[in-house]
Amino acid sequence: MITLSYLDLGAASLLVLALAGISIKMRLGLQNQLLISASRTVIQLLLVGMVLRELFKTSQLGWIMLMAFVMLTVAGRAVQSRQKRRLKGLWGYGIGTSSMFISSFAVTFFALTAVVSVTPWYTPQYAIPLLGMLLGNTMNGVSLAMNQLTQTAWQQKGIIEQRLLLGQDRSQAIGDIRIDSIRTGMIPIINSMATCGIVSLPGMMTGQILAGSPPYEAVKYQIMIMFLIAAGTGFGVMASVFLTSKHLFDERHRLRLDRLKND
Amino acid sequence: MENRNPHSQIQNTTVLLLNLMSQLRIESLSYMGRPPIDFSIDHGECISLSGSSGSGKSLLLRALADLDEYQGRIYLDRKECHEFSAPQWRKQVGLLMAESCWWFDTVGAHFEFLENSGDINGWLAQLDFDSDVMNWQVNRLSTGEKQRLAIIRLLANRPKALLLDEPTASLDKKNINKVEDLLTKYRKENSAPTIWVSHDPEQEKRIASRHYRIKGDLIIEEGLERSSR
Repeated sequence: MITLSYLDLGAASLLVLALAGISIKMRLGLQNQLLISASRTVIQLLLVGMVLRELFKTSQLGWIMLMAFVMLTVAGRAVQSRQKRRLKGLWGYGIGTSSMFISSFAVTFFALTAVVSVTPWYTPQYAIPLLGMLLGNTMNGVSLAMNQLTQTAWQQKGIIEQRLLLGQDRSQAIGDIRIDSIRTGMIPIINSMATCGIVSLPGMMTGQILAGSPPYEAVKYQIMIMFLIAAGTGFGVMASVFLTSKHLFDERHRLRLDRLKND
Repeated sequence: MENRNPHSQIQNTTVLLLNLMSQLRIESLSYMGRPPIDFSIDHGECISLSGSSGSGKSLLLRALADLDEYQGRIYLDRKECHEFSAPQWRKQVGLLMAESCWWFDTVGAHFEFLENSGDINGWLAQLDFDSDVMNWQVNRLSTGEKQRLAIIRLLANRPKALLLDEPTASLDKKNINKVEDLLTKYRKENSAPTIWVSHDPEQEKRIASRHYRIKGDLIIEEGLERSSR
């Protein structure tokens, strides 16, 4: 594997600087955002590189759990900040985070113990990247689905209440919206499973190939990852949609849109 | 229907005994922070309810259907609302909203999950629909057609009490008469206590035996002529 020097990275950064220059010339107004984001990439990745180096050295379960916990809380905040109408109080954060926790952590644990079978199961070289990929994808699915659910419930208040008035219970009254929201959350991963390898080479596989793995080994890993992501996203999306839709009603099957906060 | 009178426990007890036979009974009902009210509507009795827009007529009906939170007690035939599950209660205390909502493509799909007891075809004929109406597309219905079909959809659940929020607001003269006849017939045949929200004093006389008006926080009985029921 060819290692990159900081000089090499500097050369690559010239491209971004050139882009920023053009942005100024064309008055796109994007140069500040572009440069800030590029700097964040450098800082965040260098930091995470340091953390991972130390983590790999110690390989202690406690530190790995702490890292996983930090990743989860950041993902939970990202889900919450992408909602146009979120549940008030800790509910929105709690539901999004716990859905991701249940699905991503369970699937990662399953992969480490039953699929990859690495010992110890929490070997950070495997555990952290796997969990990261799962959390990242589950996060997208969960935030799409929860956003769809609360938005549609808000728009279709009249229809939901009409259904309740005709004697349907809360699950029936919001059933169609639930299904739509779950679909919305799962369609991205289904699409990427359907097109991967044809439209784009998945990032992880590309990375392994660049690192010198035989293509076939990289492909096998990628297939496993796709399955894990599909399962993690699917379970996470379902859990978050069920928990959120339940919380949109009270025990007397009344639609409680007052539990949503508008952005 | 009057605002709760705190001065006599005895009077309340008397009212309670008298009301044992009544079908829809409201005890210290308070909704949206309003002062509590007591009233009852007998078997087969219809009362009209009027008041300026925003006075809370619809909110009262929503509370009675247990669609909004309320304090107090609502009884149907001596059984309290919470003895039923909320969906069961709403099937029995049928609320017709001022604007009906439709969400499936065809009219018929909206009837599939209902109790569908009762003479639906007869009701359809009475309101000038032919039997093919169940296959009609909802997005081609006029406002008036939606309103009349919403009434039949409500009755298809065989409610024991009716809460009607301006059921004829979007109808022409001919259809107003037909809808009034249909609902009155249903009310009498099923002894259903009924609250009918209306803005038309003539209609109030035609359909109801007691007339109430919401003024501020108060619900006042009006001295309109009694019509026979």
